[in-house]
Amino acid sequence: MIIVKELTKRYARTTAVDQISFTVEKGQIVGFLGPNGAGKTTTMRMLTCFLPPSSGSATVAGFDVLEQPLEVKRRIGYLPETPPLYPEMATAEYLQFVGRLKGLSGTELQSRIDFVCERCAISDVKKKLLGRLSKGYRQRVGLAQAIIHNPDVLIFDEPTAGLDPKQINETRDLIKGLAGNHTIVLSTHILPEVEQTCEQVIIINKGKLVATDSVRNLRARARGAESIVLEVAGRNGTIETAAVQQKLERVSGVSRVSCKDEHDSRAVFEIESQKGKLMRGDLARAVVESGWDLNELRPAAMSLEEIFLQLTGTESAAEKAAVSGGQS
Amino acid sequence: MRNILIICRKELRSYFVSPVAYILLTMFGLIFGFFFWNALAYFVMEGMQMQLRGSSFPMNLNEQIIRPLLQNVSVIGLFFIPMITMRLFAEEKRTGTIELLATSPVRDFEVIVGKWLAAMALYSCLLLFTAVNFAFLFKYGNPDWKPLLVGYLGLLLQAGALLAVGTFISTLTKNQIIAGAVTFGVCLLLWVLEWVSGYDSSTWARVLSYMSVITHFESFARGVIDSKDALFYATMIFLGLFFTARSMESLRWRS
Repeated sequence: MIIVKELTKRYARTTAVDQISFTVEKGQIVGFLGPNGAGKTTTMRMLTCFLPPSSGSATVAGFDVLEQPLEVKRRIGYLPETPPLYPEMATAEYLQFVGRLKGLSGTELQSRIDFVCERCAISDVKKKLLGRLSKGYRQRVGLAQAIIHNPDVLIFDEPTAGLDPKQINETRDLIKGLAGNHTIVLSTHILPEVEQTCEQVIIINKGKLVATDSVRNLRARARGAESIVLEVAGRNGTIETAAVQQKLERVSGVSRVSCKDEHDSRAVFEIESQKGKLMRGDLARAVVESGWDLNELRPAAMSLEEIFLQLTGTESAAEKAAVSGGQS
Repeated sequence: MRNILIICRKELRSYFVSPVAYILLTMFGLIFGFFFWNALAYFVMEGMQMQLRGSSFPMNLNEQIIRPLLQNVSVIGLFFIPMITMRLFAEEKRTGTIELLATSPVRDFEVIVGKWLAAMALYSCLLLFTAVNFAFLFKYGNPDWKPLLVGYLGLLLQAGALLAVGTFISTLTKNQIIAGAVTFGVCLLLWVLEWVSGYDSSTWARVLSYMSVITHFESFARGVIDSKDALFYATMIFLGLFFTARSMESLRWRS
């Protein structure tokens, strides 16, 4: 549905997007992930024909963004970072204007307006002025305007930015509900959002493509070795961490044991093993046979956040803060 | 064509939904009403004096009231035009709605012409006020209506040219006030350029005074359609809108 080849956008002094290539299949939800200023918005603007690329090509629904922009625009629904609303218009009026602009008219326009109002749960504010709407409603009206002409491709730039947690969930559900009929590209700097809504992730950093894969593969790829989290408790109220650690290290297949946490009579260990070696049973047996209690044993899934940091190599505190700051 | 009308309708709506249109209409109505009243009072006084002196110099409503008033309107227009055009693009750029227009299946020139037509429509509404006043002349006097129509044509052409310039200036900034102030300055300059011809008759002076929008209105005010002047306004409209289109295009390459 979307084919991007070596897309580049240069400004006077900086290169905002540097030779990015990826493809998006029909009906997929793709997350466009990267820290602030990575070039997400610029890429999306090039896909929507708002900005012309400096070099490279992008094809949306079979049409080139430079050669047939009108055809591309007919097939794209776009929600910019700030919803493009006219404060002096009422919701229904605004949707009517956008619908006409996208080529709808007559009864078709009316039925589409009713449909998107219901879909985005904005029927109750149809007569209200857009300038008076709350942030959550504004965002939903923005989504409604993007889907009014039932386009093949939907492009959302940070659709959940600035919403409260409840609204974020509602918006995510709404976007998930749109998948299937539409191909969706959404950008975000919030990692759990990608984990929850997207099938495919495209990670960019400083204008360069870092990784593009499915969420599951990406996690597997970044993990490399399997690791297990284990919580052990001593019977008589105390625990000798060193002894437990030694015992665990002796289990075959274990490559590294580290104590993560220790309090009262309990200790938490993270155990890494070579890939493919299952040793959970051996670990459990080793603990129980030595007279300790096994409180917990689970595979330690690497969060997408760690993967992201690993891939983008952004270890600096500032960027870490930006990433985790976005989560809260 | 359909898209032009959609944009034009939306633009006109936002003029009349906000206080902008009403304030402009009220102010214009007041100012023109005062001019009209003045012209009429002077005319009546002159007529009485003539009767007292017993001279029989013919009084002419067209020459003595309509023509100077039309020229006044063309100058008052200079002050109102920046207020009409300043928000056209500046506001869209500030709120980000320009992104909606630019990613919708409409061409740039459709957006531009639509907005310009809306501005023209609002200016025409202002002119309607003058028509109400002039109607009294037709009720109580017997002026010739053809020169008046030509005068209106001239006013529309002149406003069209300045509105096109204002539309262009509005694409250059996100700030309405800046757009308005610059447009006002340019309008004013285009008016006073004509003064050069008063003390200088070199080629440069002639070129400068030719560029003044006011000089080209004189023939229309007299009731004469001079193709040279009509062409001047038409060229200016075209150039203004052309530069607007280029500016919108460069907006994309730069932003």
